Amino acid sequence: MKLAPLMAVLAVLLAACGEKPQALGAVSKDEAAYKGTGKAFVALGWKQGDRMSWESQLKARMQRGQNDYERMN
Amino acid sequence: MARMKFICDAERCIECNGCVTACKNEHEVPWGVNRRRVVTLNDGVPGERSISVACMHCSDAPCMAVCPVNCFYRTDEGVVLHDKDVCIGCGYCSYACPFGAPQFPSQGTFGVRGKMDKCTFCAGGPEANGSQAEFEKYGRNRLAEGKLPICAEMCSTKALIAGDGDVVADILRNRVLNRGKGAEVWGWGTAYGSKQAGQPGVAAPAGVKS
Repeated sequence: MKLAPLMAVLAVLLAACGEKPQALGAVSKDEAAYKGTGKAFVALGWKQGDRMSWESQLKARMQRGQNDYERMN
Repeated sequence: MARMKFICDAERCIECNGCVTACKNEHEVPWGVNRRRVVTLNDGVPGERSISVACMHCSDAPCMAVCPVNCFYRTDEGVVLHDKDVCIGCGYCSYACPFGAPQFPSQGTFGVRGKMDKCTFCAGGPEANGSQAEFEKYGRNRLAEGKLPICAEMCSTKALIAGDGDVVADILRNRVLNRGKGAEVWGWGTAYGSKQAGQPGVAAPAGVKS
């Protein structure tokens, strides 16, 4: 009969002993780059949020900007 | 798309430090922190070579392996990034990194080490793409703007190449075939041809020595 109040008191007291999750770790919420910034200040020629368009934009930019044999010949 | 990679073509690097300056300016990196720097091998000796060094975003990144709080993560494009909210500034990553990439601001009280800072491949951090919070912690997110890292795009001799690993390898292979020399790519084997942790090695581009 007196066990129930005792259990209730114990439950309240022991609740403080429980630990909150303290797991640190790598973030998994980083937004993918192809999603863009949602702003107008981006390179022209691709659609924000479209992965294929972003990839082809970067590849084109690499060829145009860094492959000088491609540019000269 | 293959994973993102850097290559520095030592035949072309003229030690102008344009990449270093561009990086510092683009990301407003504080004094004392250099995400990228130019190292000269055999300085003053005929045949000296310079290479531009920063985080290479390794395939099997040692920094990720040693971080006690697991603050690193890798994006789908293979860019190794970290969360400054999780970093405790212990410095283990700087001991583990073969390229000396992790940097620590030194203006803390009693010389305490701050949060680690390193090259992000101009991909920002975990905050929303292009947000002010992301810029203040990690600098500009150029990848989300459809651009490539500023260091490579600013390189006057195109010694530093950045982007999709397959295209990077193609560009370098073409150069080596045309000039008939300069196939050594310092750091490629260490960063991307890792045999660490029992992983199979990744071959350097055909005709290129790592």
